[in-house]
Order: sequence, then structure tokens, then C-alpha cells
Amino acid sequence: MNVGAADMTLLAMALPFVAAGLAPYLVRLMGHRAAWVLALAPLSIFIHFIPYAGLVANGRHVTAGFDWVPSLDTRFEWFVDGLSLTFAFLVTGIGTLIVLYSGGYMKGHPQQGRFLSFILLFMGSMLGLVLSDDFLMLFVFWELTSVTSFLLIGFDHEREASRRAALQALVVTGAGGLGLLAGLLLIWNVTGVHSLSGLLQSNEVLRQSPYFLVALILVLCGAFTKSAQFPLHFWLPNAMEAPTPVSAYLHSATMVKAGVFLLMRLNPVFADTPAWHTILPIFGGMTLVFGALLSVRQSDLKQMLAYTTMSSLGLMVMMTGFGGEHAVAGAVLYLVAHALFKGALFMVAGIVDHEAGTREVTKLGGLLRAMPVTFAAALAAAVSMGGLPPAVGFLAKEEIYSSLWHLDPWSLTFLACAVIGNALMMAVGFVVALKPFLGKRPHALGDVHEAPFIMWVGPATLGALGIVAAIAAPFTHEIVSSPMVSAVLGRASEIDITLVPHIGPPLALSGLTIVVGIVTYLAIAPFRRAVGGVLRAIGWGPDRGFDQFVRGLVRFSHAVTDRLQPGSLEVYMTVTFVAIAAALLVPMVVFGELPSMPTWPTDVTFYELTVMAIGIIGLVAVLIAHDRLTAIVSLGVQGFAVALLFMLFGAPDLSFTQFMIEALSVVILALVMTRLRLAPSDHRPTGEKLSDAAIAIACGAGFMLYLMRVTEGSFDATLSDFFARYSKTIAHGHNIVNVIIVDFRGTDTLGEISVVMVTGLAILALIRIRATRTDVELGDNDPREQHDPREEGSHGKRTYAGVEAE
Amino acid sequence: MEALMAVVIGIFFAVSVYLMLSKHIIRILLGVTILGNAVNLLIFTAGRIVHAVPPIIGEGNDVPNRITANPLPQALILTAIVISFSFFAFLLVLAFRAYQELGTDDTDEMRIAEPENEPVPPLGY
Repeated sequence: MNVGAADMTLLAMALPFVAAGLAPYLVRLMGHRAAWVLALAPLSIFIHFIPYAGLVANGRHVTAGFDWVPSLDTRFEWFVDGLSLTFAFLVTGIGTLIVLYSGGYMKGHPQQGRFLSFILLFMGSMLGLVLSDDFLMLFVFWELTSVTSFLLIGFDHEREASRRAALQALVVTGAGGLGLLAGLLLIWNVTGVHSLSGLLQSNEVLRQSPYFLVALILVLCGAFTKSAQFPLHFWLPNAMEAPTPVSAYLHSATMVKAGVFLLMRLNPVFADTPAWHTILPIFGGMTLVFGALLSVRQSDLKQMLAYTTMSSLGLMVMMTGFGGEHAVAGAVLYLVAHALFKGALFMVAGIVDHEAGTREVTKLGGLLRAMPVTFAAALAAAVSMGGLPPAVGFLAKEEIYSSLWHLDPWSLTFLACAVIGNALMMAVGFVVALKPFLGKRPHALGDVHEAPFIMWVGPATLGALGIVAAIAAPFTHEIVSSPMVSAVLGRASEIDITLVPHIGPPLALSGLTIVVGIVTYLAIAPFRRAVGGVLRAIGWGPDRGFDQFVRGLVRFSHAVTDRLQPGSLEVYMTVTFVAIAAALLVPMVVFGELPSMPTWPTDVTFYELTVMAIGIIGLVAVLIAHDRLTAIVSLGVQGFAVALLFMLFGAPDLSFTQFMIEALSVVILALVMTRLRLAPSDHRPTGEKLSDAAIAIACGAGFMLYLMRVTEGSFDATLSDFFARYSKTIAHGHNIVNVIIVDFRGTDTLGEISVVMVTGLAILALIRIRATRTDVELGDNDPREQHDPREEGSHGKRTYAGVEAE
Repeated sequence: MEALMAVVIGIFFAVSVYLMLSKHIIRILLGVTILGNAVNLLIFTAGRIVHAVPPIIGEGNDVPNRITANPLPQALILTAIVISFSFFAFLLVLAFRAYQELGTDDTDEMRIAEPENEPVPPLGY
């Protein structure tokens, strides 16, 4: 591969995002026909990857990339081998058909452009995910698929059910993604490699680490949530709230397989350990059986398919974890088969829904004559899903049975799981594919037509591929299955199963599966009632648990907020000042930084002491003043004392400013305060006064000790000396303070002036907004009229309520 | 000298904190004003105190010919005085308007932004 190929791959990975940006404009220009243009994007990516198939079939893999965040050792690097290439083909190939299908399905929808855009965004994320080599890149794309899935599930955001399903999917898969991130970082730390390709060659390092099990469990958190393993499966059926193209694409063919992809990718690293071969089959087996049982219970086409998807994912996880060449081969073949038939069946369900107006299987029937092509596609897909020849699903099932056929309790348990699961899935598959088309047509259905080409081309292609892939099995294996199995196993391996029947236990088991499947199909209605009854008897499920969790979270956070933010200014102030006092005093005490006991200064003069005393007297007068005017005047006293202190200690500029400001403050305060009807003085009860005083004294003492400590030390006069030396020589001013303000720190002063101006504007605005209501009277010297105080009280109350209601 | 000033400043801080812990907006405002003075004196004292010589360069000199007061804290405080005054004026008008609208200056009764017994937010999706 030369440099040009690397650039082309990067372009291919970026193309879906570009197309996503263009989609809304194209739809505005061309309507639903824009889908034809947009489908070119995934199609060209598909074509781009075709030459890689030859390389990969020869057992090679391709890595290339660019530096992304060098300081974090993170590269934007892709890794193309049998596994990622197959996924890339599935993502782009099915993606092409889905884009077309969306063009027909969402035709005329006002937000079709947005929808196509989301689909393409998801496609880009999924493609990035399967091609990622670097851990962080993998994580980023992993989360991107969660986010785009959230957007797509919640596409119909005006319905609460959609919003709930979207949020649920995001919470579950997002939380799992965080687990995955932790796991990857742990692996990075333990092994020192940060790329999948590097990890696959790192041999025993991770396995011998004491953190092996922790890393495994964290990675499984990510894989199991994404691939909807029991008991975290509940988001997947709910995700059927999304428009059907989304269900066909994300929730059957691609995204939900990301978890399986991750497990397969890491199989060479984790396999042959007891944990891997215990956890995976047990969770996978449970998911397989529960999913199949739950699917029987449903009567909505999409819900039935959703639960069988869960079941199939369980089967893949189980087979991946079961271990051995044939088990992995079975998982791989089943993965490919499932992507083809489940994508097709979902699209069929969407077509039926679109044309007949309902997805309730009990209300459907007899559509065969109206929709022959759709029926053919559905039948082909159902044959594959049921594991019947001549479809690729048959090959997968044979491979699975032959790998599980060992006469020990462990294998037989999972064999039983597989037979039950397959039989039920077969029944459900045929219910979806046959019931809407065969039998008598209900009158309520009205006039139904075949879907347009743009819609049936998808399911027809996928259904046909499922058959062709099985007939041309040697070619399929050479190009797709064998390289993929080799990649999953971490060593070269060949698959050779074909449609030619080979007599043996697997074939017998297939026969058993078919019999059980047919019985279930025929007795689907009572079966449905029975499972429904059991579920009703149980009542609680993880889905309801999610609601309880979310409600509990809201209530909890409300309680916490109520406690931390009670809405009382007094509480906020108290907390703030206690924190300030603690910040000042605690470090000084803890680190032994308290100042030494000061001695009485020798140079203090009588008049300096007097001015300080006047200031303190002013403060005390403010505190104990019984009416407002006294308090205001006392405030002036302390202010003037401060001005005098400045004057005495060589700061005439400060002194002048302080005098002016202080005078102005007193005047304004007197003007405003006397216009208000206010309680004259402090109303705090004694206990509160004491605690407030304690806090105040602690703060005061803190600042005092802090200042004493600071002034005890030596003084660095560098900066002051600089200003003294250059004020005259550089700035030509005699008054150093003025020079600093207008020259050296001129921009500070500009900022200061801006602050003053903004405050002035704000004040002006506040004064000029006339309240819409004028029934709050001004205070005792309001020139207009006098009011009875009792009446005023009721006025105040009413206004308060009025404002609150506005 | 600085230690003595530190005691005075401590009293300024204590009084202002005590006033700000009150429920009444007007007392809080008084506290804010005093806090401004306390902080200014703190900066002033931290720059050391000398007696009576303003930082002015005499006629005919390029640098001060004797030890002067530290000019840097003075420049900082000059800015601070003006800003704290405009801040004070803004708070005052805000309090005035709040009183006009709500008919109270008790912070416990000013609960429009954070009403009492706020109900649990909607539990749907």
C-alpha cells in the first residue's frame, strides 16, 4: 500500500461526515430523490475497500494513519484485517441500501434531510469504530455511535416514548462506554501499548497481570451494554421507537454488533482464560434464551424482531466465548448471516407498516398478491433466519451445532440453549415473513400496494445475498469468513462448510430445531398468551427499574439541591464567611505560621491614635444605631477616618478621593434609604447575633493575624522602586501615583472607567424600567400621598404574589 | 505601626462581616461599604506604612530624593475606591428597585429566583 492509499482511506472515513453535512441541502433541492445521490457516499467507500479483500484473504493486514494528539501518544490510525474489513463491508453495503430505503420510507417527511444526515453521521462513526486501531480513537468513535444512536432513536422527539427510549439507550450504552474507556486505559497502563494491533502482539503481558480480571470486566461493561446482553438488554426493544430504517441499520445490522465486534477483536488477548470462557457463554446463553422467549410474546413486527436480535446477539457472544475454532467460525458466519437477514426483515416490517399502516401481526394477512417482491425478500430472509438450506444461516447453524456437540454437561447446556433459541427464532422469523402475507386479508387493511423500487431494493438484495453467499460458499469463505475467523482467532484458519449435507449429530439437531420451530409457529397464539401471563406475574423488569432509577435520581438531586441551595442569602453568606475564616486561620495554625506577639509601636503619635479611634467609634455607631439616619452618618464617620489615615500616611490622592466618594455615598444612601419604609435596625434574635458575631470576629481575627504575619516579613520593593525611578525619566510626571495610573497601568484605568460606565448604564436601566404595576408605594417622604401602614402590608403581599405569578 | 493598623483593620473586617450576615439589604449594603474600606486599608498596610511623605518627585529631580510612601498600593487603591463606589451605587439601586417590586428588604422574603418548597421537577422524559 502506498501513501496514496492511506490518504484515500482517510478520505473514505471522512466521506460520510461530509455527506451528512450536505444531506439537508440536497433534500431541500431534490426531495426524497436526494437519497440516490447520498447513497453514492457509502457505495464509493464500499468500492474503496474491495481491493483490500484480496490482501486480507492472503492473511495480511493493513495499518496506516496520522499523528493525532502526539502529547498523549494518540494516533488516528486504522487497522484493516479480516474482522474490520467484513464490518466495513456490512456498514457501507447495508448503509447504501438503508440510505435508499430511508429515501422512500421518509418520503415527504419535513425533516427528511435531518434524518439522512443523522444516518450518515452514524455511518461515519460506525466505520471509524470498526477501523480504529488506537484505543482513544476507538473510544471516541464508540461514543459517537452512542450519540448518533441517541439522535436517531429520539428522531421523533415530540413523542415522550421516543425521548424516553433515546435517553435510555444513551444512558445504558454511554455508561458502558465509560467502562470501556476505563478498561482500555487500564490495559494501556498494564501493557504499555495503546493500539489494538499492538495489543494483539503483546502476548502474555496482560494475562499475567493481577489487573487482568478488572480489565476484562470493564471491557465487558462496554461490550455487553452495546450488544444488549441480559440484563442490560432493555434499551434495545425500546429503541424500536426509532423510524424503521434506524432499527434495520443500527439495531440489527451494525451498531448493536459493536459489542460483539469488540469481543471478537479482543478474543486473541482474552481467550483461553477461565473468566472469558465462563462469563461470555453464561451471559450470552441467558440472553439467547430470554430474548427468544420474549420475542414470542410480542405481536408487533418490530418488537418481535428486536427481541430476536437480542437473542442473536446472545448467541454470538456465547459462541465467541465458548472457544475453539468451530465455535468462532459459527459466531462469524452467524454474524454475517444475521446482518443480512435481520436487516432485510426489518426493512420488510417497515414496508408492511408503511403500506398497510400497521405492524400488529394479528391485524395483518393476505398481502401476498399486493406485495410479491416484498414477500419474496421476506421469505429468503426468514429461510436464513430459520437456519434452513439453501441460506447462509443454515451454514452458521450447522457450524454452531457441530462445535457445541460434546457430551459433557457444560456443552450440552449451551447446546440446549442454542436449540431452543434457534427454534423460537425460526418460528418468529416465519411469523414475521409469512403471517402478514398469507391467509385471509382483513377488511380493515383497505387498499395496499407494493412498495416503490427504492424501498424494496434493500430487503431484496440482502435476502438474495443470504442465499447466494451460501450457494457460493467456497468463495464467501475465501473472501469473508476465513479471513475474519483468522482475525478473531489470532491465527490462520479456514472454514470449509458448504450446503452439501453431512450426516451427523448437527444435522439431526437441525431437524429437531425445525420440528420445534414449526410447532411453535403453529401454536404461536397460545404461546404468546402463556409467556405474557408469566411476565405479568413477574411484573418488575429492568425496564421499569430504569424508570425507578431515573425518578430516584431526580428526586435525590432535588433533595441535594434543596439542602445546598435553600434560597436563603443568610445561609450562603454564613457558609462563605465560615469558609473564609477557616481558610485564613486553619493553615496559619496548622503550619505554625502565626505572627509573633507585636510590641507597642514607638513611632505612633497621639493624633494617629485619635483618628483610628474615631474610625472605630464610627463602626460601633453603625452597629448599634437605632435608626437609619444615625447609621448612615456613622458610616460617614468611619469613611472620613479612613480618608484621614490615608492623609497621615503619605497618600493625599487617596485621601481626596476617599473624602469625595464617602460624602457622595452618604448623600445617596440618605436619599434612597429615607424613601423606603424599612425596619430601623437589627432584628436578629440574640442567639443568632452571637453566632454571627463569632463568625465576624473569626474573620476579623483572621485578616488581622494574616496582615501581621505579612508585615513581619521582609518587603520586596522592586516594583515600587521601578516606578519611582522611571516616573520622571520615562513618563515625565512628578506624581508617581498618577503616573502609574495614567501611564504605566493605563489599560487598567481604561478597564476601571469601563466598569464605572457599565455600572452607570446598568443603574440607568434599572431606574428607567418602569414597573408595569405602580401599586407599591414609596416610603415615608413620598411626596404624592400618605398611606395607612396596615393597607401597605396587604399591598406588599399582593405585589409579591403578582410578580411571582408573572 | 503595621501591627496596630492590623488590629484596626481586623475590627473593620469584623464589623463588615457582622453587618453582611444580617437579613436586611440595607445593613448588608453598609457592610459592603465598610468591607471596601477594610480591603483598601489591608492593601495599604501590606505595602508598609511610612510617615507623611507622599510619593512625589521634587522639582529638578529625576528620582525622589528621600524615602517616600509606597506608590504602588496607592495606585491600586485609587482604582479600587472608584470601582467599589460604582459597585455600591449599583447595589443600592438594585436594592431600591427590589424593594419597589417586592415590598420588602428582608432577604428571607425575596424568594422569586429560589421559591420556597419548590416542587420536584417533572419526572417524565
